[in-house]
Amino acid sequence: MKLRQLITYLAFFLALPVSALGGVLPDDRGDVLYHRYEGGGVTIDGPSVLVRKQAGKSLSFVGNYYLDMVSSASIDVITTASPYTEEREQWSLGMDYLRGNTTMSVNYVSSVESDFDASTYAFSVSEDMFGDLTTLTLSYAYGEDIVGRSDDSTFRRENTRQHYGVGLTQILTRNLIATLNFETVTDEGFLNNPYRSVRYLDPGSARGFSFEPELYPETRTSNAVGLRARYFLPYRAALEAEYRFYTDTWEIEGHTASLTYVHPWGPFTFEGKFRYHDQTGAAFFQDIFSRSEATNFRGRDKELSPLTSYTFRGKVSYEFIDPNKGWGIFKRGSLNFSLDHLFVEYHEFRDITSGSLGEEALYELKANVYQVFVSFWY
Amino acid sequence: MKTKFAKTGRILLALLAFYGLSACSVEPWVKPYERDRLADPIMALDGDPVSTAYIQHVYEAREGARGGEGAAGGGCGCN
Repeated sequence: MKLRQLITYLAFFLALPVSALGGVLPDDRGDVLYHRYEGGGVTIDGPSVLVRKQAGKSLSFVGNYYLDMVSSASIDVITTASPYTEEREQWSLGMDYLRGNTTMSVNYVSSVESDFDASTYAFSVSEDMFGDLTTLTLSYAYGEDIVGRSDDSTFRRENTRQHYGVGLTQILTRNLIATLNFETVTDEGFLNNPYRSVRYLDPGSARGFSFEPELYPETRTSNAVGLRARYFLPYRAALEAEYRFYTDTWEIEGHTASLTYVHPWGPFTFEGKFRYHDQTGAAFFQDIFSRSEATNFRGRDKELSPLTSYTFRGKVSYEFIDPNKGWGIFKRGSLNFSLDHLFVEYHEFRDITSGSLGEEALYELKANVYQVFVSFWY
Repeated sequence: MKTKFAKTGRILLALLAFYGLSACSVEPWVKPYERDRLADPIMALDGDPVSTAYIQHVYEAREGARGGEGAAGGGCGCN
């Protein structure tokens, strides 16, 4: 694009009138959450704390601190390495600026582990239009990762990641709202896990197979489109349906669908959700390769296997501050508990601890995800 | 290369034209006073952002798909 054309586009953008109708900044709120994941020999727990506060009428700041404390003896770990513990610490800072119907947002996220650092810079613009019935959002994020190894201080690999997103939220009727999201993500660099291995047939080994490091392509581009609709039922309850189609250059294709029902009862709100996800495997995934270095790229991460996952969720919330009365500086307050039961069936990834070669069962994962959190609006 | 830029320019112009339309006086078919049900907290598309971000991270670490449901943070902590 010529510079003159770019300037023309920018001038056009800046010359557009600002509507007299106003957009809305997110509510001021604070959340303190404890999360715990248990399943497949892995326990991960920790806190997450979020604080959001407006400054004046057009600025809102948000900060989040998040911690994962990992204790892992997963199927990947016990078959090729030793159980381990580690921490992942993440914090983020963001700002939203409202001008007329336009909200501009910037966000920075930093995630640090002993052997993995990730930084993400995000920018988005949202525009409320057509009498605030429609919200269009354009977003971009750039991420940089540094991958290390805990057993080799000289090991250092990098990769970069870019997200491009377009979102459209539409009020369709007085009872129905829907949102459509497109997201493209591109990765470039060292994308495999430095600790994981693939296995291959090895007649010289007592078990009949041996392991070697996995090797992924150095690029990946994915596209996802998601459609979600939420409907207000006549007796004050809500029903939400969601569908997502996913495809990427590693030849994974996925379909995800969920149905959620929300039912308030006095100060309580109950929620039930069922989520279904089905995917094909990556082109270079094999549970066992025919020989060492059999293909240019090779992986045995179970997440890249063809799989089907089912999640059943139950959640209950209790409003301990009546939103009609408030309490001191607080407008609203709620205590929440949720349990997600996750069941994953892997269609090619086998549990090599379950039998000898040729008799191994397909691996299955059952996990419970607990969340307890308190939210305040002020 | 020139064709690619021209295509990008056309997409950008279309988006800007759509943005420009927002300033026109389109009559909303759901009036502001008819949005009380949509304003009910049970209708919030993301009423619990901390909880949503966490559970999306759980899914992204255990499935091959990503995106289209909102962004999760970087890093993994998931082996």
